[in-house]
Order: sequence, then C-alpha cells, then structure tokens
Amino acid sequence: MLKQIEGSQAIAEAIGLCRPEVICAYPITPQTHIVEGLGQMVDRGEISPCEFINVESEFAALSVAIGASAAGARSYTATASQGLLFMAEAVYNASGLGLPIVMTIGNRAIGAPINIWNDHQDSLSMRDSGWIQLYAETNQEAADLHIQAFRLAEELSVPVMVCVDGFILTHAYERVDIPAQEQVDAYLPPFEPRQLLDPIHPVTIGAMVGPEAFMEVRYLAHYKQMQALGLIPELAEAFQEQFGRDSGGLIKPYRSEDADTIVVALGSVNGTIKDVVDELREAGMSIGSLAICTYRPFPHKAVRNALEHAKRIVVVEKSLALGIGGIVATDVQMAVAGLHKPVHTVVAGLGGRPITRDSLRKLFHRADAGHLERLEFLDLKHDVVHEEIARMEAGRRSGPIAENILHSVGTVASQIR
Amino acid sequence: METTIKFYQTDTFTVGNRLLSEAERSVQAGMQRTNALNSGHRACQGCGEALGARFAVDAAMRAAGNDLIACNATGCLEVFSTPYPESSWQLPWIHSLFGNTAAVATGVAAAQRVKGTKTRVLAQGGDGGTTDIGFGCLSGMFERNDDVLYICYDNEAYMNTGVQRSSATPPAARTATTVPVGQHPNGNVFGKGKSVPLIAMAHEIPYVATASVADLRDLEAKVTKAMSIHGARYIHIHVPCPLGWGADPAHTIKLARLAIESGLFPVFEAEHGEITGHRAIREQVPVEDYLKLQKRFAHLFRNPKQVEVIAQLQAIADRNIRRFKLLEKRGAAV
Repeated sequence: MLKQIEGSQAIAEAIGLCRPEVICAYPITPQTHIVEGLGQMVDRGEISPCEFINVESEFAALSVAIGASAAGARSYTATASQGLLFMAEAVYNASGLGLPIVMTIGNRAIGAPINIWNDHQDSLSMRDSGWIQLYAETNQEAADLHIQAFRLAEELSVPVMVCVDGFILTHAYERVDIPAQEQVDAYLPPFEPRQLLDPIHPVTIGAMVGPEAFMEVRYLAHYKQMQALGLIPELAEAFQEQFGRDSGGLIKPYRSEDADTIVVALGSVNGTIKDVVDELREAGMSIGSLAICTYRPFPHKAVRNALEHAKRIVVVEKSLALGIGGIVATDVQMAVAGLHKPVHTVVAGLGGRPITRDSLRKLFHRADAGHLERLEFLDLKHDVVHEEIARMEAGRRSGPIAENILHSVGTVASQIR
Repeated sequence: METTIKFYQTDTFTVGNRLLSEAERSVQAGMQRTNALNSGHRACQGCGEALGARFAVDAAMRAAGNDLIACNATGCLEVFSTPYPESSWQLPWIHSLFGNTAAVATGVAAAQRVKGTKTRVLAQGGDGGTTDIGFGCLSGMFERNDDVLYICYDNEAYMNTGVQRSSATPPAARTATTVPVGQHPNGNVFGKGKSVPLIAMAHEIPYVATASVADLRDLEAKVTKAMSIHGARYIHIHVPCPLGWGADPAHTIKLARLAIESGLFPVFEAEHGEITGHRAIREQVPVEDYLKLQKRFAHLFRNPKQVEVIAQLQAIADRNIRRFKLLEKRGAAV
C-alpha cells in the first residue's frame, strides 16, 4: 500500500510485518520514532505476540535481544551514535554467539563534540564486529532492507544492522510502498533458531574458548560473512519476485558502465550524487556512481568489476578514520588493488553538514579535470581551521577546540556570553 | 517445617537428613537431584561458590520441575564450569558478558512469555558481576519486575582476575588493589561499598534474601520460596573463597558460619521491600574469630595488633545485629 509517511514510521511498519517477538527500546535521537512507532503497534495488538521492553540502556537493549534470540524469539532493537558505542561489547557478543538479531542504526555522528546529526561514523566503528551492514538509499529501501535483513540474519544465523541516515531518512516524509502481511509472510518464514536454550535439549551457549580453537571459531564467522556475499543478491532477487521492487543487493551502479569518473558512496547521499551525475552527463561529462548497499561483508569482487574500467574513483564518505583518512575509501582501494587507479577520498557531511548538489558539482568538475587531492574535505571551512591551528601553535593552553571554533563560526550559541 | 527434630550441635539444618522424613530432606540429599552443576568442573578446593551454586541451581531445578534456563555472568563460576569443549551444566545455560546477565535473563524470560512456555529463568553472577559492572542491568531488571531469579554468589572480591577489590569487599580486607601499605595501611577502606540486598529491597521487588553456604537448608528453602514467586527476585549468597581470602579450604563452611554468627553477614529475607524474617544468631561470636582465620585480615593481627580497626569491624557486626534484630528468636527465616 502506498503511503506518504515518515521514514521511521515506514521502517516501524516494515518491522511490524516481520512479526518480531521481542523488541527492546531505548531512546536515542534519531532512532526514537522507529521504536515509538513499534511500541504503539504492539500496544494496539498489531504486532502479536510480541514483548516490547523499555530497558535502561543500549547495552541492556542489545543484551535483552541476545537473551531473547538465544531463547528462540525473533528479536529487534534500534540505536544510533553513542548508543551503538555504549552497546559495543554486546554488538561483538551477539555476532560471536551467532544470534540473528536485526538492529536499525539511525546513523548519527559520534561525540565529542556531541552532535545529533547524520554521518556514518557510528556504524562504521562497528564494521569489524561480525554484523552484516546494509545501507539504505531511500526510505523505500530502508523499509525493504529490514524485511530482507530478518531473512538473511536467520538463514545465516548472523546479526544484521540496517543503516539508515539519521534525519535525512528517518525524519523525511516520502512515498513508501508498505507491503501486505501475506507478501511478507510468503517471503519471510518463521524463525527457526540453529541453537536454542531449551530445557528438553539443554545446551551450553557462550563457553570459554582458548587458543586451541578460537582462531577456527573466528575463521568460521568470517566464512559466514563470505557466504552472505552470495546470499544477499539471491535474497534481493527473491524480494524483487515477491514485491516487484529492486531493493538491496550488494551494489548499485548508476550510469557508470562507460564512465571515466565513478563516485562511490553509502546511503542516502547517493540520491544527490545521482542527480548531479544526471546533470553532468547532460553537460557531456563521463561520470557515473556506485552505491554500496552491502558494506559488510564488503563486496570486493562486485566493486572491482564495477570500477575496473574507470579512470578515477571518488569515494564520498561521511566518516573519517582519524590519522589515516577514509574508511570506505580504504576498502575501495583494496577492491581495485593492482589496477593502478587513483582513488580519491572525499570526507563529506560530517555531523550533518549538508552535501549539496552545488558542492558535489564543483567537486566532480575538479575530479574530471584531474585536480582532486588524495584526501579532501568537502566544504571544510579552511579559514576557521587555520585560525584554530594558529591559536594552538601560539600557546599550549589554547582552550577547548570545539568551543573556539563555534566562536569563530559565530553561531547563535557562541553569542551567549 | 516440622519442628520436632532439634539440631543441637549447630542450631542449623546442616546435619541430620537421615533423621528427617524423606519429604523433609534436602534437595541435595534426594535421589532426584539434577546435579545441574555436575562434577568434574575446575573450581578450587573448598570453593564456596561451587557449593552454593550446586545447591541453589538444583533447588531451583526441583522447584521448576527441571524446566529452567540459566544465564551466567563472566566470572569464576562461568570459567570453571565451561572450559571449552566441556560443560558442567545439565540445564540450558548461556553466558554472554560480564555486565549484562540480568538483561540477558530479561530477554530469555520475554521469549518464554511470547512463546507461551512455563520455563523459568535463573540468572547468576559473582559480586563483581552483580554489585559493580552488572549493576545497571540488574537494577533495570528489578525495576521492570521481570520474571527472573537473580542469584549473586558473593565472595567479596574479583577472584577470577586475581582478587581485586569490588564494592562487596569488606573494610580492612587485603585485596590485590587494597594492599595494606601506603594509601591503604589497613587494607580496604571503611565507609565504602554497598549492600545490594538492601538496594534490591528499595526496588520493592517481591522477594529478596541473603543466604550462606553455612546453612544450605536455609539456602535451598529460600531458592524454593523464590521460585514459588513470579517477578524479580534476588538472593545474595555468601560464599567464602579460600584462595582470595587466604583461608584453609577446609574452613569454607566454618568461615561462612562465623560470618553469620559474628553478625558480619546478616541472613534475612524481605518481601516487597519489607524485612519479613531473619536467621537468628544463638550466641554472637567476636569478629576476631572470623578474621583470624583469613590471611586477607592478617595485617590486623601483626605487631602492633590493629585494635581500633578490629573494633570498627566489630561495630559493623554489632550494628547488623541491632539493625536486623539478629539476636531475636522471633522471625527466624525459614
């Protein structure tokens, strides 16, 4: 059914259709509307049977999901930013135990300085945790990916994060086709756990594993991720058959078959990138884009195939590995290793800074002319940065950086004395 | 319980199963006991926790008709019972992390509700996993009144990592992080630490009890009672650790008993935030009798003897006796 609906509400409705049995809720902006929506659906009896549990922290949220999943219940939670970091220990634990929990990440920056707006630093900090990571480009895809995520998680017994750009998607009203319950039931069979806490057949879960077997356990976790590379396209195809929509999969190339410049990105910014690609194609530039939908496992082969004919690759990413540069770009570089192509990292949109068509257009023109640096920061206020660097060099006690910069930028907050 | 049998020697129920009718005998004395924590595990000689866990889990198993799932915090109990690929557990058992056991148990209990089973849920951890790192999740589980029995095996320090202080470590005790030198001339400082049983009571949960391996019949009875109740329940069991306390492994029960009889470890129970019973002390013993048997307090008895510190510990015991009315016969637990 077509609805004009907030992203969070669309996600909540899609999750509801997946018949979750335990939902753990702890509020953090910008994922709140999702669990609020789910809570109301549980209260109204629209998701039943289902236990909706208000917990005391994100660490508890995922821990409750761990217990519920190990006891055979389809389990779901959502978080973002600091919340994901606070549950980090449980994030690794859930995948280590092979529990098919699905979790929405309403992507948000990590502080300090505290910031509630969108970038990808939070989910990317968990990229090696053994969770599959899917990134949604639109709210339709966000809704659809959740339906695929439960099936993927349960077939492999691996947890899945569905990463949805905070505010940009979670709070945006868009047209979303919400599927019928029968369609979802036909696509997603009931949860049959691989291992279960069952008094009739008692098992020990979470035993200590020493050096004699730990490597093998970890290897097999990696092996499962590699299996996902094969399964994800299959499930996306099955999804298309069932729902008539192309959602998910490993990657989504756009007008890139013959492009000299290919722009790579995760998530919603691909929408803007595609608009600019269209514009520049009209103007005669040889440019295309590649959305990475499945970031973990990283689809090396697919990415390499999609990029091998490009003359240059521009990775626009909402994350920064301090001390080295791009996070996504590093993986892309590995995918095209040996092809001797310049891979440019463009860090953009940190902490919710808008990535505008205008900025991208200028960036792509410079890329097309071969003028891009290896590492660039889109729309960085260089004057502000240089001023602060000068201040820091002038005296050891140069004050708090974030506050100094707010001062320079002259926001309303900094005027309050 | 019938009161025709008297246990003169100890005033406890630790002896004499053979004097009782079969129905009155302890769970451990019964042929039907499940050995839920089976033999062959790697606990130290004289481990109070292993003993307490065996009695507690078997009693919970009997009360649940063996329809029970256990969640375990990281710690000695987890490590000594499940060295891969071995496991001592004869019931479904999950270990997730150090600090999230109560939350994992909440999840397991939620799954039982949603599946419509009658399976009961037990959570267990040491004092570190309960009173320190797992405290947030524990309080959350209490506050939501989730249908979980949480048992804390309190050996008064982080024994698994090598005897470091926890918030359950008693004042004056030597641990690896409160060595009686320099900043800690008398061992662990006075005026710190917390009583999780009292904090549990403040959550007004249906049932809170303390118990000890010195009185295993009382322990079994409390677990059985806790299992007859639904909602969040908490039992705090005092379990001496010969290794961490520097005590003779043969003294585990004796030390646990002296802790009770000195007043240092009050044994009581409470329902919905109100104390409903206590285990009376027949004759209070001086704390010195308890302290002297443990190397963690040895610095109090070297020249010069730390008379004032010992007096401070005696004052704590005396306060417990007044506060919990431990010398009054009435209201004896069980």
